[in-house]
Amino acid sequence: MIDIIGKRRWYFLISLLVIVPGLVAMIYSWATFGSPLRLSVDFTSGSLLELTFASPVLPADVRQVYIDRGYLDTSVQTAENDRTVLIRSKQLPLATKQSIVADLEARFGPAEERRYESVGPAVGREVTRAASIAVAAGALAIVAFIVIAFRGVPNSVRYGVCAVVAMFHDVLVTAGLFSIMGLIAGWEIDALFLTAMLTVVGFSVQDTIVVFDRIRENTPKRRGEPFEAIVNRSLLETLHRSLATQLNAMFVLVAILLFGGATIKQFVATLFVGMVSGTYSSIFNAVPLLVVWETGEAGAALRRLFGRRAVRATG
Amino acid sequence: MRRHDWRLLVIIVLIVAVSGWVDWPANPGLHINLGPIDINRDIGLQQGLDLRGGLAVLLAADVPESQPVDRDTMGAAKVIVENRINALGVTEPFVQLQGDRHIVVELPGVQDPDRAIAAIHGTGLLEFVDAGTTSVPAGSTIRTTNKAGGEGETAQYFAGDQVFQTIFTGSDLANASASTGELPSSYEVNLEFKPDGAQRFAEYTRNNVGRILAIVIDGVVISSPRIENPIPEGRARITGDFTYDEARSLAVQLKYGALPVPLRVEETRSVGPTLGQDSVRKSVRAGVVGLSVVLVFMAIYYRVPGLLADLALISYALINLALYKTIPVTITLPGVTGFLLSTGMAVDANILIFERMKEELRWGRPLGGAIEAGFSRAWTSIRDSNLSVIITCLVLFWFGSNFGATQVKGFAVTLFLGVLISMFTALIVTRTLVRLVFRFLGSWLRGRPWALGA
Repeated sequence: MIDIIGKRRWYFLISLLVIVPGLVAMIYSWATFGSPLRLSVDFTSGSLLELTFASPVLPADVRQVYIDRGYLDTSVQTAENDRTVLIRSKQLPLATKQSIVADLEARFGPAEERRYESVGPAVGREVTRAASIAVAAGALAIVAFIVIAFRGVPNSVRYGVCAVVAMFHDVLVTAGLFSIMGLIAGWEIDALFLTAMLTVVGFSVQDTIVVFDRIRENTPKRRGEPFEAIVNRSLLETLHRSLATQLNAMFVLVAILLFGGATIKQFVATLFVGMVSGTYSSIFNAVPLLVVWETGEAGAALRRLFGRRAVRATG
Repeated sequence: MRRHDWRLLVIIVLIVAVSGWVDWPANPGLHINLGPIDINRDIGLQQGLDLRGGLAVLLAADVPESQPVDRDTMGAAKVIVENRINALGVTEPFVQLQGDRHIVVELPGVQDPDRAIAAIHGTGLLEFVDAGTTSVPAGSTIRTTNKAGGEGETAQYFAGDQVFQTIFTGSDLANASASTGELPSSYEVNLEFKPDGAQRFAEYTRNNVGRILAIVIDGVVISSPRIENPIPEGRARITGDFTYDEARSLAVQLKYGALPVPLRVEETRSVGPTLGQDSVRKSVRAGVVGLSVVLVFMAIYYRVPGLLADLALISYALINLALYKTIPVTITLPGVTGFLLSTGMAVDANILIFERMKEELRWGRPLGGAIEAGFSRAWTSIRDSNLSVIITCLVLFWFGSNFGATQVKGFAVTLFLGVLISMFTALIVTRTLVRLVFRFLGSWLRGRPWALGA
C-alpha cells in the first residue's frame, strides 16, 4: 500500500513554499498601497471605463488626458488588444466623464464604450462591510456544519478544525496568487473575487468531507489498526474519486479560461487555483493534520518546544 | 422493484421531454385559453445586463444622512423616475426602491447610458429668466431668484454674482414634446402652458418686447431668445443645437416635472451591447467545450455506467435550463459559471458512486449487490458535501443582495439550483438507468469487467 500519510512533513513544506511568496506579496502591497490586495472600485469607490478605439492607442497618451484635467491618480492599461483600454479613476461627475470621452475621441478617433462602472463611497463601504460578514459567516457556518455532521466520531471538533485549516490554506494560496498578480499585472479584487473565494471554500470543504466520511466509515470496521493506517487506507480509497472529480472541474474551468469572455477570466482563474489548492489541501493538509493531532504528535511537538524553553530558562 | 423502476423511467422521460420543449429556442410560449383557465406566457431566457448590455444605476436621496427621507417622498420620486424612463422608450425597465433612501434602476439595451442617466436624475427645473437686453451665451451657468445655487457648488457663474429674475417655471407647463426644427437635422422642444400660465406668458411677452427671455434648465442657459412679438396662445419653443435624443429627453424632464427630493447617482454600471454579445457567444462556446470534455472523460473512464451518467448529465443540463426559463432566473456571466461549475458537482456524485461500485466489485461482491452498495454507501458523502456547497450558496445569496454585489446573486442562484437538480439526476436518474441496463445486459456485463471500468 502506498504510504501517503508517512510523508506528511513534505506536504506541509510544499504548502509553506507556495504560501510564503504570496504572504510576502501581501505584506509588501500592504506596506505600499495600504491593502494586502489591490481593491477594485467595488470597494474603494471610483470609476472604471473600458473603451475600444478604432486604432491602437498608448495607455500613457490616454492617461495624459486625465492628468491634464487634474485627475492624477488615474491608471490606464490595455485589455484584450492594443485598441482597448481600461481606465480607472476617481468617481467623475457625468458631465466630466462625457467631456473626457469626447476629448479622447477627438484625439484618438471614435471609441466604443464597452463598460462603465462608477461606484460612490457609500456603496463601497457597504460592499466591504457585507463582504467581511459573508466571509466570516461562511467560514463559521461550515465549521458548525462539519462538527454536526461528524458528531458521532470521537473528537469531532478536530475534524472541523482540520477542515478549516485546509480552507484557510486555500484562501491564503488564492489570495497570495492574487496579491502577486496584483503587483505584476494589476489584478484587482472585486465582488466576483469574493464569490470565487467563498466557492473555493465550499468546494475545499467538500473534498475534505469526502475523505473524512471514509475515515468515519472505516474507523469502526478496523478497530485493531492504528489510526494512521486507517486514514491512509481511506485516503487511497477516495483518491480516484478526488482526482476524477478534480479533473472534471478542471475541464470546465479551463474551457471557460480558454474560450470564455475576458471579463470573468480573473474570476475563473481564482476558481481554478483555489480548486487545485482545495484538492491538495484536503488530501495533503487536512488529513495528515488530523493524524498529527489524533496520534498526539502535535502535543509532543508543543511539549518539546516548551520543554526546551524551560531548560534554557533554568540553564 | 421492477415496476417501480419502470414508473420512475416514465416520469424521468416525461420531465426531460417537457424540459426539452421548454428549452427549445423557438418555443412558442404557453398560450392556453379554456374558459376560466387563461394562461399567456412567453418562455424565454432572461439575460442579465452584463449579457444583453444595458445600464444599472443606484440613485440616492441627495440630503444629509442625518436627515430622514419619508417613504412617500421616495415613492413619488420613484414614480417620476419611472415616468421619465418610460418616456425614453426603454423596453423592460426595472425601477425599485431599496432601503429608505435608494432607488435602483436597470435599463436593458440602452444605447446611450450617459443620456439616460442625465434624463433620469436631472431635476429638470425649467425657468424662463429675464436676462435684460444682452444675450447670455448658451451653456453658461447662472444664478436665478428661484435657484440660488447650492452650498459648496464650485461652478463658475456667468456674470459673477448677478442673480437673474425668474419669470416662469416648469410648473406653468402643461406639456412638452420634441419635434423637428426648421432645419431637417435639428430638433426642438415645444412647450405648451397651462391656461393661467399661458395668460401670464402672453401678458409678459406683450409688455417686454425687445428684452431677452433666457430659457434655463437646472441653472444652465439653453438659449436666450429675444422677444420679437407678443406670444398670445401659450406656446413656446426651445431651439438649440439638439439631436433628436437630446430634444426628447429634455422634453421628458420638463413634462414629468421636478423631483420631490434631489437624487444623486451613487453607482453606475453599464455594459455596451457588443461586450454583452461577445460574452454570450464566448460563454456558450466555453460551456459546450467544457461539457463535451466532461462527457467524453466519463464515457472513457467509466465505460457503460459513464455513458449512463452522461445521459443523466445531459438531462441535468436540460432541466436546469428549463428551470431558468420558467422560474425565471436572470442569467448573468457569473451565473453561467455557476451553472457550469454545478455540472462538475453533478458528475462528482456519479463519480463517488461508480468508484464505490468498483471497490465493492474488487472486494468480491456480485454485480447487482455492488451496484446497490455503490449508491447507498456513497450517499452520506454526497449528502454532506452537497450540504456544504448549499451553505456557501446561502451565504453568497445574502451577500449578493447588496447592490454593489448583485452579480454574485446570479452565481449563487444557479449553483444552488444546480446542486439540487444534480441530486435528482445523479442519484435517481442514474440509478434507474443503471438498474434497467443491468437487468437487460447483466449477464453480458458479468463477463466483461472492462465495460464497467473496473
